[in-house]
Amino acid sequence: MRGFAAVLRRDLLLAMRRKNEVVTAIFFFVVVAALFPLGIGPEQNTLRLVAPGILWIGALLASLLSLGRLFASDFADGSLEQMALSPNSLSLLVAAKISAHWLLSGLPLVLLAPLLGLQFDLPSTALWILTLSLLLGTPVLSLIGAIGAALTLGVRGGDVLLSLLVLPLYVPTLIFGAGAVQAEMSGLGSAAHLSILAAMALVAAVFSPWASAACLRLALET
Amino acid sequence: MIWSSFSEFVHMGGYGLYVWGSLGGTAGLMLIEMAWVKQSRSAVVRQITQEWTAAAVQAKEAQP
Amino acid sequence: MKSTIFHFAAPQNFYRLAGQLWPLFGVVALLLTAWGLWLGLCVAPIDFQQGQAYRIIFVHVPASWMSMVIYVVMAFWALLGLTFNTRLSGMMGQALAPTGAIFAFLSLWTGALWGKPMWGAWWVWDARLTSELILFFLYLGYIALTHAIDDPRRADKAGGILALVGALNVPVIYFSVQWWNTLHQGASVSITKGSSMAQPMLEAMLIMSLAFWMYAIAMGLYRVRLIILLRERHAHWVTQLPEFNSASQGVAA
Repeated sequence: MRGFAAVLRRDLLLAMRRKNEVVTAIFFFVVVAALFPLGIGPEQNTLRLVAPGILWIGALLASLLSLGRLFASDFADGSLEQMALSPNSLSLLVAAKISAHWLLSGLPLVLLAPLLGLQFDLPSTALWILTLSLLLGTPVLSLIGAIGAALTLGVRGGDVLLSLLVLPLYVPTLIFGAGAVQAEMSGLGSAAHLSILAAMALVAAVFSPWASAACLRLALET
Repeated sequence: MIWSSFSEFVHMGGYGLYVWGSLGGTAGLMLIEMAWVKQSRSAVVRQITQEWTAAAVQAKEAQP
Repeated sequence: MKSTIFHFAAPQNFYRLAGQLWPLFGVVALLLTAWGLWLGLCVAPIDFQQGQAYRIIFVHVPASWMSMVIYVVMAFWALLGLTFNTRLSGMMGQALAPTGAIFAFLSLWTGALWGKPMWGAWWVWDARLTSELILFFLYLGYIALTHAIDDPRRADKAGGILALVGALNVPVIYFSVQWWNTLHQGASVSITKGSSMAQPMLEAMLIMSLAFWMYAIAMGLYRVRLIILLRERHAHWVTQLPEFNSASQGVAA
């Protein structure tokens, strides 16, 4: 447990010193959410319909952007190797890094989303469900993304490859996340969607650190 | 045999483009795959042969 | 008996076995294709609802099925390779992937050519087609990853992990897409919904599926021989192969 807390604090501290990386991802989310209406047209009804999908895809892309950094700097300066050699379980330390990643790039999106949802004239119940769906879904994005980041660590063209690998795996999260908001807006109720998202988060939380650690060991062996 | 003439067979009740487009595309891609895999094999054999002859030449030149 | 299985786990022995087997699978595939196409195109009657266009299923369905079967087989070899750390298992995955990707693409291609006359659009977001599209992306990701990594052992293992993660996700993806499709449907669109199948149609479809399967095995065996050659080219047994014998005389013993 101490190892978990130590790595978590370290990652958060390091990120605070390089604030602009964190801010850039948030800024990206805001810009993308503004670009879609510019591409689709200002018609209020259309925008309200597509808003859940747009905001969710924006969150997806913003999350993807910051994944490349998850293990790269630690890999480059040798601290990743130290973590693997330490008596702490690598899966636990990886879980700490993923938690830090979520706190820095997932949580801000969750907090920003209601504000952006207002831009699309979403009703208040929908805003609520949007926030909740992102709260449950962004950890899944970080967890699944971590496996992709570990697989492509140190590989040529890693960033683009990471997107190609991870985006198909993001599809269920996107479907249930955006679907929850759409279900709420159409009166069908979002309980089922949110439960499925919660289940996915649970499964990912259990398996992803372990799988990512295995991929990291693979990268360190070479 | 359900067709009374070859032109009927090709015409496929008006859907000829779609049916033959599908069958043709499938056959075409499979043939391309076979050709590609054959060409890869010749390339691999050629590459390995070149590596060995280069190594043999080097070994000969290293002898006093 | 156990020794036979592990005998062929050695690349050298498998190379020879694969070399004898692939032509057999190829010939069987050819014969089955001829038979299947004869049944499907010249014997099976016209469909009541879809006219002659339904005959596309004789390539569409086999391509879809095989794209899924091959992915499962890749995941199986990945599991084997990661558990037992055998080199050959990793190579099998890379040998199978291109054929699987091609079948996934063909499924989409033939699906579009079926959709246009039936539903008026080249593409519909039918649950099955959409899942097939995502499967195609999974194949591309696997191929891209294994080609980007230089170290062959790391490429095998990383690809294996990706194939396994993908395989575990495929049911989740399929059901989530089903969910997504049924809740959003206006007009009910499903490319595979149709009249229940007449005997000769079903027979032809199954024979064509078997034919595609034989073809995929032949391709996989042929490709794995290439991968073995490349990886083992410094081994002595490779120098003794007939395809290299003129050159091997120049190699210092």
